[in-house]
Amino acid sequence: MNVIKMSHVKKIYKNGVTAIYDLDLNIAKGDFVFVIGPTGCGKSTLIKMLYREERPTSGSINVGGVDVAKLKNRKVYMIRRKIGVVFQDFKLLPKSTVYENVAFALEVYGLPKDEIYNKVIKVLELVGLKHKAKNYPTELSGGEQQRVAIARAIVNGPKILICDEPTGNLDENTSMEIMEVLDAINKLGTTIIMVTHDTDIVNRMKKRVILLNSGRIVKDYKEGTYKHESI
Amino acid sequence: MKVFRIFFRNVRDSFKSVFRNFSLSLASISCITITLLVVSLAIVLSYNVNNIAGLVEKDVTIVTFLKVDITEEEKDAVEQEINGIDGVESYQFQSKMEISKEMMESSDTFKNIMGSWSVDESPIQDTFLVKVDDINHIGKVASKIEKIENVGLVKYGKGMVEQLISVFEVVKKVSIFVVLALILVTAFLISNTIKITIFSRKREIEIMRLVGASNINIKIPFIFEGLFLGILGSIVPIIVTTYGYTVLYSNFDGQIFSPFIKLVVPTPFIYILSALLLVIGMLVGMFGSYRAVRKHLKI
Repeated sequence: MNVIKMSHVKKIYKNGVTAIYDLDLNIAKGDFVFVIGPTGCGKSTLIKMLYREERPTSGSINVGGVDVAKLKNRKVYMIRRKIGVVFQDFKLLPKSTVYENVAFALEVYGLPKDEIYNKVIKVLELVGLKHKAKNYPTELSGGEQQRVAIARAIVNGPKILICDEPTGNLDENTSMEIMEVLDAINKLGTTIIMVTHDTDIVNRMKKRVILLNSGRIVKDYKEGTYKHESI
Repeated sequence: MKVFRIFFRNVRDSFKSVFRNFSLSLASISCITITLLVVSLAIVLSYNVNNIAGLVEKDVTIVTFLKVDITEEEKDAVEQEINGIDGVESYQFQSKMEISKEMMESSDTFKNIMGSWSVDESPIQDTFLVKVDDINHIGKVASKIEKIENVGLVKYGKGMVEQLISVFEVVKKVSIFVVLALILVTAFLISNTIKITIFSRKREIEIMRLVGASNINIKIPFIFEGLFLGILGSIVPIIVTTYGYTVLYSNFDGQIFSPFIKLVVPTPFIYILSALLLVIGMLVGMFGSYRAVRKHLKI
């Protein structure tokens, strides 16, 4: 079963630049997919359209049963509740504690306090940061901050996790730690789509790899590696 | 239940963020404080000017002199006719004896001259002092009184009264315009200040959207925050107005220059004014926040 179905998707920005040309892509439930390609190839545009930060100019995008391409501005929260998003720059609230940052994603649903507590502690345990629940993001290392961001992204149990260069700001060892966390989440059944530049990670993980170039999918490997592709 | 939980969480969060972003909150609060002080001053001034205008207008009287030798019955007939005229609020009869007595008491010169007159010699006439309910109709009422039989002369300061009316009309209109303009300016000033402070929290809004907060869910905490800022910002103006006006009133003994120019009595005026300032602060704070957040929700 495919959780993401894109057909004939085209994206032209207002300034006339075409980022994506007639793209078809299906991603099955439980998959772990790397999206790679040179800078400016449309990777970011592709995933931004998945969580409805951008709208396609034409074509249809179905994410977890929601027609994202037609989603109205004020209905955007519907898709955001079905997917988790992790960024290179973490996007944590600096004035809230680790616990509050993660709980924030549940508070918008109006869950009772004790239910929020249970879920947040459980997910912090999963990413190995339970002992830092009361710290502020500025007191954590980059890797720890990214793990908080991941915890926030998965706390409400989304079926899909989108990662936009989650290891871009981290060193090799920390990156591998993050990948282990993501792998564990993937094994629990969450579909993960990850944009990256990190050759090492792609080669080690041996997952499905989609190579984009100039807005088109040029290669789609089942258990791909990165080495014969130049960036 | 769920709705209440979200609501109270929003209120709590907005309260928290007033203190977590204290320097920014302080900027908004002081902006509200200063502008509300100006608004308060303008309201006090315009209200008093209008009050004085009203008092002066009320004081304008049509003096109706009766003919010299009229009988008691004729006088009563005149009184009945005056009573029947539309627009007459009240009237008062002064007999010539009363008037001469009053005049003689007021100065020695009058006393010397008038003391020598006999009742029949006296040129002073019986008089009706007529007050109208609307000063704009004073001319009409006066001309009606003039037509009554046995009425000699009718005087109300023709020309001057009309001028007074038009001056007061202008003063009233200008003062209301100034107050309204000031409130509008305040609204924009405050809303811009809040906009700048919220701009620095763009990231917060972005994250709220990211984790699936609906637009209304994002707006409500900010609107409440604006409400709190408005309340906090109106505290100082309310204290200054309440205290300041009471002191001013008692210092001037409730009047400026002459007993004709009376100030508005502090109670309940200051309470109404305080409530008004609070409401303006709250509304403007909420409006400012709403305007600022809405900008960031359009993607």
